[in-house]
Amino acid sequence: MTMPDARPPVAGAWRAVLARDLKLSWRQRSDLVNPLLFYLITITLLPLGVDPSRQLLGSIAPGMLWIMALLATLLSLDSLFRCDYEDGTLVQFQLSSEPLFLTVLGKITAYWLTTGLPLALVSPLLAVMLALPPSGYLALVLSLLLGTAIMALIGALGAALTVCLRAGGLILTLVVMPLYLPVLIIGANAVSSAVAGFGYGRELALLGAGLALALMVMPAAVAGALRVSANQ
Amino acid sequence: MAWQWFHRLGSPRWFYEKTGRWLVWFAPITIALLVIGFTWGLAFAPVDAKQGNSYRIIFIHMPAAVLSLAGYYLMAIAGGIGLIWKMKLPFMVMKSAAVIGVAFTALTLITGSLWGYPTWGTFWEWDARNIFMLILLFLYLSIVLLGQVYPEQEAADKVCAILALVGTVNVPIIYKSVDWWYSLHQPASIKFTGSSSIHPSMLYPLLLCIVAYYCFYTLSLILYTRQEILAREARTKWVAALVEPGTENRVKG
Repeated sequence: MTMPDARPPVAGAWRAVLARDLKLSWRQRSDLVNPLLFYLITITLLPLGVDPSRQLLGSIAPGMLWIMALLATLLSLDSLFRCDYEDGTLVQFQLSSEPLFLTVLGKITAYWLTTGLPLALVSPLLAVMLALPPSGYLALVLSLLLGTAIMALIGALGAALTVCLRAGGLILTLVVMPLYLPVLIIGANAVSSAVAGFGYGRELALLGAGLALALMVMPAAVAGALRVSANQ
Repeated sequence: MAWQWFHRLGSPRWFYEKTGRWLVWFAPITIALLVIGFTWGLAFAPVDAKQGNSYRIIFIHMPAAVLSLAGYYLMAIAGGIGLIWKMKLPFMVMKSAAVIGVAFTALTLITGSLWGYPTWGTFWEWDARNIFMLILLFLYLSIVLLGQVYPEQEAADKVCAILALVGTVNVPIIYKSVDWWYSLHQPASIKFTGSSSIHPSMLYPLLLCIVAYYCFYTLSLILYTRQEILAREARTKWVAALVEPGTENRVKG
């Protein structure tokens, strides 16, 4: 007689997909570096294109660091479901007895761990280059940690809607950008008010609320979109 | 049995025939309301003490703004009905509402900037409502474009409905966050000092214009949906009979 599996089956699907995706991205390590390099390069372009004076850079740094992080996330979104769509894994996910939204949530978690988390962690380094006052570092990292998670959840919907289209990248940008707007406003404000010497607990609370809402709504919406688009 | 009317409502043919009979009196009423409202507002309402005649654009601008926001919810609800009950007609209404929504938001933005030039001294100001309207235009455009790039009509309808529903959750959040952003970045250049209460002599024509715009929106929605029905149902017998009476027996369904 075998012992019943102590692990709840619900978390099992999530964990299995998460482990699979993390392993896959570890085997393609060069892809992991791409968003970070994009972040670094666009930040390097900024002083060259605008003005290298520390005063000006410091004043636009909170917004610029956030915008560049947003663009770096956007760049990597297109590949989120692409491989699984092309080799038929997505159809297998739908056929499996596990709920699709959990599988999707596993994929989004892995995606965030490999793009959003590194972006948030390297952001203080780029903040030093952009002469952001040191009082803003912690706010930048914390707001990016929460913000990239929300952006990963929203972006997954865009990726799911456009996975079957050949020129999906452009329409993906148009679909996702308006939905990113509140995250950008609140996140960049968290950094600016930290720099100005005010508290930023309110902004972090708003981002946390946004993350909770996105966690509730988005996996189901992404699963619904995949059911349509993956069968095209 | 109680739901029979609901399912009949979902039939494109029923909608086409019913609205064909409605249009006969609805279109003249709409045109009459628009003509009366615009003439009253643009020619007979008194001149504003501070803004002069340029305020009159409100009679074109404000109802368009109201309807572009209301139209988004109409579009999302239509998409939701289509997803839940798997009906064809709501998806056609959704697509029509998206296209008309693009037109109404564009009209709002254009008339707003035309009003802004004499009043604020600039065509574009980063005002909370300006930004919100622009984002609303992007939301409409993303749905129209997503619907166009999908090769299959049925899939296009479903993905557009999902996007519209997610957008519905997001629209109030975008509205509040833009408002909040604006209150943090209050620029000094805005000199808009219109009195908070609007005089009845201006309010009545404005209300009439809003009613006229609602009728106009409904009229354009009906006309666009009818055109959409004909395009999508082109292979059915009843459309063939409509185009060429007497051929329904020759078409093999």
